[in-house]
Amino acid sequence: MSVGIVSYGTYIPKFRIKVEDIAKVWGDNADILSAGLMVNEKSVPDLDEDTVTIAVEAARAAICRSSLDPSRIEAIYTGSESHPYAVKPTSTIVAEAVEATPEMTAADLEFACKAGSAGMQACMGLVQSDMADLGLAIGSDVSQGAPGDALEYTAAAGGAAYIIGNKEEEMVAIIEDTYSFTTDTPDFWRREGMPYPEHGGRFTGEPGYFKHVLGAAKGLMNKLGTSAEDYDYAVFHQPNGKFPSRVAKMLGFSKEKIAPGLVVTRLGNTYSGSCLMGIAATLDQAQPGDRIFATAFGSGAGADAFSFRVTDKIDKIRDKAPRVEELLANPVYMDYAMYAKHKGKIRRA
Amino acid sequence: MSVARFWRQQVQRYNLVGNHCRNCDDYYYPPRTTCPFCRRNGEMEEYKFSGKGELVTYTIIHSAAEGFEHQTPYVLGIVKLEEGPRLTSQIIAQPEDVNIGMKVRPVFRKLGESGDKGMLHYGTKFTPA
Repeated sequence: MSVGIVSYGTYIPKFRIKVEDIAKVWGDNADILSAGLMVNEKSVPDLDEDTVTIAVEAARAAICRSSLDPSRIEAIYTGSESHPYAVKPTSTIVAEAVEATPEMTAADLEFACKAGSAGMQACMGLVQSDMADLGLAIGSDVSQGAPGDALEYTAAAGGAAYIIGNKEEEMVAIIEDTYSFTTDTPDFWRREGMPYPEHGGRFTGEPGYFKHVLGAAKGLMNKLGTSAEDYDYAVFHQPNGKFPSRVAKMLGFSKEKIAPGLVVTRLGNTYSGSCLMGIAATLDQAQPGDRIFATAFGSGAGADAFSFRVTDKIDKIRDKAPRVEELLANPVYMDYAMYAKHKGKIRRA
Repeated sequence: MSVARFWRQQVQRYNLVGNHCRNCDDYYYPPRTTCPFCRRNGEMEEYKFSGKGELVTYTIIHSAAEGFEHQTPYVLGIVKLEEGPRLTSQIIAQPEDVNIGMKVRPVFRKLGESGDKGMLHYGTKFTPA
């Protein structure tokens, strides 16, 4: 039985802070940081936005784009490392808000930056085994970086939602296959009750990101018998611009093939939404017949690789919800003081 | 707000669910149990509003109620939905970008919370369309 993306939706808060405004506060060199990270600015949530509100807006965009009956959604998985409740699912709030309740299952997932793609795989299993008609997988985060930490320059807010189904005539992209690569690697973590994550510095690179992304990507290409030349686009988890650019080159993908999905330079790292946002930005401009290769990465650590083939249906539904480029346009910039207030780093007495 | 009180109203807050009287063709939000005009002759049915509407009037809050102090200055407005009902809502926009008569659309936002340990309350606010 085929499995694929029936629809997708995204949401990005309108506020941004520039890397130079963060660097100014901590005495860092903004030019060196921006060039090194390949990130110029990042999104910041509004005072009343969190992982739940972003997940709902992305899910509603996905439903609006396909005009489908939300009661057909029989599974919802929301991946995030910033669920607002420690106990009480984000996914049940999303389910109620998109009118998918009550005949359905739901759960929240956490796997650093790849909990959204893990949700896609869970939905694939359910719809492919005919246990569910449609599944909704969401990656949504209002990620945190400690004041002055390297992560503060990239930790952003945003989310993407994917409706996964098993009826080929409904699919905008067929998922040809998926492959995962997972080990116990402590490159990034946040202990229970702690407000900010910790990370292993340079340890996050080779033994974390590159080992797992390459492991999953090569594993999937071996499984399918494909290579970079077989794909029109590629998307990799984007904690910054440097890592996905480097890993794309290592796998033989040109700069042009990753350009449409490389949104991190203007958005920052949306964690669970990161790779899914890149896939959405690529679907926004892909043509029927195009093949897209994608690999999400989550610290801890693991990577999920996917191979997509875009169908004719994409042209019929693409413009029924905002494209990623539209959500990135016309941002409202804020200084560090307002950013600190929006992120709860300073609170009124 | 008690847990049960918000829970009873959450569907109408999440998705602007009110009702419609088939007898007089009037719409209500929040939902009413009986039509105030038709009374016993009323035929009420559940109705989900599109959320499209226009701003009837607004004020800018500088001295906020408890729990909203950190959001000042913010816009509080009366929105008239396409179907007729009016409701009070926070308007997600900079005060200088708001004007009477402007078209608005619904957005899903956090409405408030019951302290650091209590429930988070979500629902509908409006933003310029």
